[in-house]
Amino acid sequence: MSAVREQVRRRSGAPARARTFVITPVVVVYLALAVLLVIGSVLVGLHGGVLLDHGGVLNILTRGTVLGLVAIGQTLVIVTGSLDLSVAYLVGLCSLVAAETMAGSTAMIVPGVLAALAVAAVVGLVNGLVITVLKANAFIATLGVALVLRGYLEHNYTGPAGTVPRAFQHIGYDRIGPVPVAALLMLLLAAAAWWYLRRTRTGYHMYAVGGDVDVARLSGVRTGRTIVTAHVLCAVMAGLAGVFLAGRLGSGAPYVGTDAGYDLESIAAVVLGGTALAGGRGGVAGTIGGVLILSTLDTIFDDLELDSFFKDVVRGVVLIAAVALYARRRTAGRSA
Amino acid sequence: MRARPRLTGGTGPVLVVLLVLLVALAFAGPAYAEPSGYLALLKRAAPLVVLAVGQYFVIVSGGFDLSVGSLVTAEVVVAARLVDGDDANTWWVIALLLGCGILVGLVNGLITTKLLVPSFIVTLGMLLVLDGAVFLWSGGAPRGALSPSFRVLGRGSAEVPVLGQLPWSVIVLLVVVVAAVWFMRGGTGRLLLALGDNENVVRLAGGGVDRLRLLAFVLSALLASVAAILLAGFAGVSAQVGDGLEFRAITAVVLGGVLLGGGRGSVVAAAAGALSLEALFSLLNLLGVSGALESAVQGVIIIAAVAYAAHGAGLRRMLRRPVLDTV
Repeated sequence: MSAVREQVRRRSGAPARARTFVITPVVVVYLALAVLLVIGSVLVGLHGGVLLDHGGVLNILTRGTVLGLVAIGQTLVIVTGSLDLSVAYLVGLCSLVAAETMAGSTAMIVPGVLAALAVAAVVGLVNGLVITVLKANAFIATLGVALVLRGYLEHNYTGPAGTVPRAFQHIGYDRIGPVPVAALLMLLLAAAAWWYLRRTRTGYHMYAVGGDVDVARLSGVRTGRTIVTAHVLCAVMAGLAGVFLAGRLGSGAPYVGTDAGYDLESIAAVVLGGTALAGGRGGVAGTIGGVLILSTLDTIFDDLELDSFFKDVVRGVVLIAAVALYARRRTAGRSA
Repeated sequence: MRARPRLTGGTGPVLVVLLVLLVALAFAGPAYAEPSGYLALLKRAAPLVVLAVGQYFVIVSGGFDLSVGSLVTAEVVVAARLVDGDDANTWWVIALLLGCGILVGLVNGLITTKLLVPSFIVTLGMLLVLDGAVFLWSGGAPRGALSPSFRVLGRGSAEVPVLGQLPWSVIVLLVVVVAAVWFMRGGTGRLLLALGDNENVVRLAGGGVDRLRLLAFVLSALLASVAAILLAGFAGVSAQVGDGLEFRAITAVVLGGVLLGGGRGSVVAAAAGALSLEALFSLLNLLGVSGALESAVQGVIIIAAVAYAAHGAGLRRMLRRPVLDTV
């Protein structure tokens, strides 16, 4: 009985819900970020430090850059109702491709970046095609591709390889005041992704497909093409993260993505930002908030000199609590 | 009618795959010329099969359990520290581990059902919490040691009247699989399957949706604890013992033709999927494929299995339709 009534309420309340969901989670995320910054400042202050000094801001933004890049792509995919578990290995692979193509020569910077992004795009294409043409569940498809990438990396690499010319390493370290250039680029890309999702036809199609594939298809949306596009864009963002990491580390590293757990971490950031895991709701603005919350938490823990394992515990609790909060606001609707 | 699809529908293909792999093993390695080779395989596969059966309960009811890998690691590390090489500690620690498993399952299940958080997120959070908590408690590296009597379950053998020496882990494996089959044939098991197919129908029919979901998570975590005890005995203590096991268990379940999202697939197929995966790794090993490529092969197979499941159903329908028309 109640389920049916909930269904009816959900249908009739659709426009109102759409409005609250465009605004509310994003506001909640940034409010939470503000509260976190205040509490963190007090705690760090009691510990005899300053959270938001020059180094602190730099720390938060630098930590957030790579995760932000990956999470922006992940947002597109999750909004479309899909998921990408292959990004962590892809980050490592792209850092290697970039560094090995550059091989220390300044002239090869552009080809190196392009090669890495091309590899990423191909992997994204494979992800998308496996999901749309072979009709594999996104979880399994991208997990399978992740395992294939892992096998390739484990078979061919034992450690860092390739070198990045000094000129390119600037991308990792240059900054304007306390703001790293790379973080600005990341925010620019976030703005572009926001514009893409909210202002273009394909962006709207992504929401439509994520909301209900069948309805989208019956409404004339090319659902397959939309899903493939989302996956290619997501992979390219992961590729950019790999290129940036290569610039920061000075060489390519096979496990740079998995050591940081960017696959699950980026999903966590997206969900923390109020995007529904089932798709169709959410956006990039919330994701950036989620990324900043995670990197602020990290920085606070570093400043407090807490055990790094404690960080994982808090992170898990924050993640569950945040999603529980969003679920409370939604009257019905549950997806496993 | 109801029993038939559960026996043949999803189970057939994976049993064929398993049979092919087992025969191939006999040709590839001299160790598999006699039953002891296969017994060793079964022993090696026992933890994964037990995990896959647990994961099956959650997947078939429409969820995910990503926390089992870190639960295994956590329990092995906890066991080593608490047992500390003393035989007197074995039994209460085993009881404690099983209790912890039930507790973790309860937390997973309660957050999923009461706070309405998707199980993917809940168990992902639990993964982070367990990973962090256990190393926070143990100070970064596993300490202590397991007692000989603790390790018997993982690597010892029991004297069985007719069959001779039978490893304990194989006995545990058989008990778990038989119990799971019996459970899935009962009313609660069928409701679990129905829950994955259509939650609203189960709710309208008066099935306790939340209780069923909770039960699935508790079973999954409890079986993960059993797998942890077996693995600790078999492989010893390390901080990496559970790494990637959650994805491996999900692979095994999916390989068995169980539909992600729930509602379809048999528990025998899930167990057979886990056994096939382990047999495949043994075969690759015998054929001299490097261990590094193992995961690549696993990746290709998992995609192929799901693609087959998606398209195989369509193929079968196409083949069946003319038959129905003539009838």
